Amino acid sequence: MKTLIAISLQVVLLALLPPLLLGIINKTKAWFAGRRGWPVLQVYYDLLRLMKKNVVISSTTTWVFLAAPLVSVISVLLAGLMVPLGPMAAPIHFTGDLIMFAYLLALGRFFTTLAALDTGSSFEGMGAAREVTFACFSEPALFLVLLVLVKLSDTLSLSAMLLSASHVRIGSTASAALVMAAVSLFVVLLAETSRIPIDDPNTHLELTMIHEVMVLDNSGPLLGAQIYASSVKLLILAAFLLHVVLPLDPALVGRDWGIMLAGLVAVAVIIGAVESLMARLQLRFVPTLLVAACLFSGFGFLLIL
Amino acid sequence: MNWLALVILGVIAFVLSGPVGMLGRRSGNGWQWVSAGVAVAGGICGLVAAFAVLLGSLSDTLTFRAAAPALTVNLRVGPLSAFFLIPIFAIGSLSSIYGLGYWQQSRHPRSGRKLRFWYGLLIAGMAMLTLCQNSIDFLVAWETMALSTFFLILTEDQKPAARQAAWVYLVATHLGTLLLVALFAILRVISGSFLLRPLPPGQVGMGLQTVILLLATVGFGLKAGIVPLHFWLPEAHANAPSHVSATLSGVALKMGIFGILRVLTLLPARPPAWGISLLMLGAVSAFWGVLWAIAQHDLKKLLAYHSVENIGIILMGLGLAVLGEAEHQPIWIILGMAGCLLHVWNHGLFKSLLFLSAGSVILGTGTRDIDQLGGLAKSMKITAAVFLLGALAICGLPPLNGFVSEFLIYLGLFHTMARLPILSLTAVILAMVGALAAACFTKAYGSVFLGTARRVSHRAHESGPTLWIPMSLLAAGCVLIGMAPSLVLTPLMHATASWSGQPSPGLASLVPVKTISILGVGLLAAFGAGWVGQRYIFRQGRNGITWACGYIAPSSRMQYTASSLAQMLLRALGPLVRQRRCEPQISGVFAGPGQFETQASDPVLNDAVEPVWRRLRSMLAGGQGFQRGSIQNYILYMLLTLLILLAFTLPLAMLWKWLF
Repeated sequence: MKTLIAISLQVVLLALLPPLLLGIINKTKAWFAGRRGWPVLQVYYDLLRLMKKNVVISSTTTWVFLAAPLVSVISVLLAGLMVPLGPMAAPIHFTGDLIMFAYLLALGRFFTTLAALDTGSSFEGMGAAREVTFACFSEPALFLVLLVLVKLSDTLSLSAMLLSASHVRIGSTASAALVMAAVSLFVVLLAETSRIPIDDPNTHLELTMIHEVMVLDNSGPLLGAQIYASSVKLLILAAFLLHVVLPLDPALVGRDWGIMLAGLVAVAVIIGAVESLMARLQLRFVPTLLVAACLFSGFGFLLIL
Repeated sequence: MNWLALVILGVIAFVLSGPVGMLGRRSGNGWQWVSAGVAVAGGICGLVAAFAVLLGSLSDTLTFRAAAPALTVNLRVGPLSAFFLIPIFAIGSLSSIYGLGYWQQSRHPRSGRKLRFWYGLLIAGMAMLTLCQNSIDFLVAWETMALSTFFLILTEDQKPAARQAAWVYLVATHLGTLLLVALFAILRVISGSFLLRPLPPGQVGMGLQTVILLLATVGFGLKAGIVPLHFWLPEAHANAPSHVSATLSGVALKMGIFGILRVLTLLPARPPAWGISLLMLGAVSAFWGVLWAIAQHDLKKLLAYHSVENIGIILMGLGLAVLGEAEHQPIWIILGMAGCLLHVWNHGLFKSLLFLSAGSVILGTGTRDIDQLGGLAKSMKITAAVFLLGALAICGLPPLNGFVSEFLIYLGLFHTMARLPILSLTAVILAMVGALAAACFTKAYGSVFLGTARRVSHRAHESGPTLWIPMSLLAAGCVLIGMAPSLVLTPLMHATASWSGQPSPGLASLVPVKTISILGVGLLAAFGAGWVGQRYIFRQGRNGITWACGYIAPSSRMQYTASSLAQMLLRALGPLVRQRRCEPQISGVFAGPGQFETQASDPVLNDAVEPVWRRLRSMLAGGQGFQRGSIQNYILYMLLTLLILLAFTLPLAMLWKWLF
């Protein structure tokens, strides 16, 4: 019964919470800029409005363009079901689910980049080129983080390894490795969810965007699906990061759900702060940053060998 | 029932399929159907037998005695050889059907019959290779395969590129054969017989065994296309007719892997260094292959480089299995070997599928230059759909078959964490290879099939049923293994047990195949539901033009090209991939038309093999004087040889004594 509640709670959170994080990020940015900013729930209103709008579909496109937002949403939700959002195991967990997790994210990305190329626009082509290039560097970083966690927990399931990461004693070598993995994971999170300093979701210049420019031709529900998919990605990577950083105790379920939720808000605030305090990197330095992330988790792995 | 006899029947059918087709007229299409019919019948015989052997874990032997013991032919089919026979017969038959439409006799009166003759021999040679128990027969089968490949690459011998590719291939394959002759000679000296039997442990030193494995790795590696021995591969696969490329890439390369597996079963020693070296060699091949694939402009060359990548992945699984034997880790053996073998099947399926679809593109448009194609998904719906499926599979994305085999190898690599954690870092290389492959196929699929038509693709047309039926069958195979991996567990376990010679722990307990199936079905069901549901959510969809910042007359020349898509990645990876750039000279106020070109030429071929080859040729040029082409000279040479040989029989010692 308890697990049933936990699972349904996770599913509901996974489905409903993500847009809130975007709202919090925007509120934080507004606060830094001295503005009042959007309401925190604005992204929900946007999504609802987009679902009701007409779609304009470029005559250049094929069925791939229509399929991409759908595949993004499905694959990212399925991947999300493998990450424990709270102090309990995720709804789906099995040996090797970490590989499935990484490849589901890759599946969504593959279709999004294809849809971008489907429009035949140069801008979207540029976005796709950037996305695939940076993915080639963020994928190894993610796997190095996974290696650290596998080594520490001695299991091959995301739920088990993320929950056991909470048992590491503070001050041990393992905790140092975890901190390095967390830094690396934070960079991966920023890259995967197209945040400053890698990408600027709010820029108005098509020439410089990455993710936003890939979905430039999407409108109505299609655009809504893409925004929703990227917010879900933000949520699951943030939850992933929190499990690496926070010492949770499965015995204290009630307390730890609270801690996790507070943590998610904190991650959103930190992302907002990073966006407010940093400028975007030049595109050619982004791989360097991602390689640095690889090195961080790589050294973390070497620490615990 | 002797299943081996049925396999041999299949082989005979493939040998006959070519000559049967020669009965007809040069310009008529009738007999090519008979020829393909014979090939398919043979393929079905072979498949039935191979599946029976593999699923039942049986083995059959046949011996054809000859007067001289060295000429006695020993054949045996077991689970491991049956495992390799299945792709040979399956892809051999499907490609024969495909050839009916792709290489119609009436359109290729000069080369059609020749092509089918050598194609039948290629399939027969490969099938025999898996059966031979005797090193001499093995070499005969090997050369049959190698030489028919040479003639198949030469199908369009009027094209200089094909001649060049075939020439480089011939040199490479003979270099490999030379090493194999040395290898089998050593084995003959050690074991005292031509039979390929496991050497008894303790008889042969480690050093000699390492030499044997080294010879096998280089000799068979030249066929498999392991980096840096892959230099002949991209050109050869690009210049052969597409269904031949499909067979060469999908099946023939695996014969190199089969050879290495076969030699490993003969050697008793298992030092960990072997496993680690094979694993590293695999990682380097995988990375190098995919890296150079991205830089290609030629669709078939791009696919050929991906074969190098996939051979690398297969080799990683093999290395892990060998390491598992060295370290007595049954889990590594089963996961590594199962991953290696399943990837042999999977790569056979999706790479043939991709080459056949590329052939369909070539037939429809007349070019294989990616930068001239575009927007084909509208005119070639089936080809586009199956190519996308193949692309998803080769990138290892769920829920297709590539994911399953890579999953096995990943799991195996993660399992090394307990004993040799540093080796699990190769999983990171595999992850990067996966991301690079996705980038490469985004480029390939995006620029060939999506967007607007570039120069030539506006007159493209979909290919006929003889092309799309084999393609769809291969695609169905990819989906089937991806969605129901539990189907392949039994074959994998039988083949693995037959290789390692010991019962393996159950794969089903190590790999959550059921969960993978459920998630795959769930993914597909959700997609289907969403696809249908989309119609109800969308409000009257309107067609417009692509947003170009307000510009309303975008043309296909404004599209992002495949080269520019790859440029950023190649620049980020810096010095690893060197491209030759020809930039236009711009001068004056009104500059004339200019052209920009990049070319990625493999450094192994251009900077290592070619200079050495040139030096070698100039060194050997002196010997050309002996080849005068007149028959008198050759008779003289024979006479001299005879005299020299006779001189050996003289009682030289007595002669010496008598003289002095």
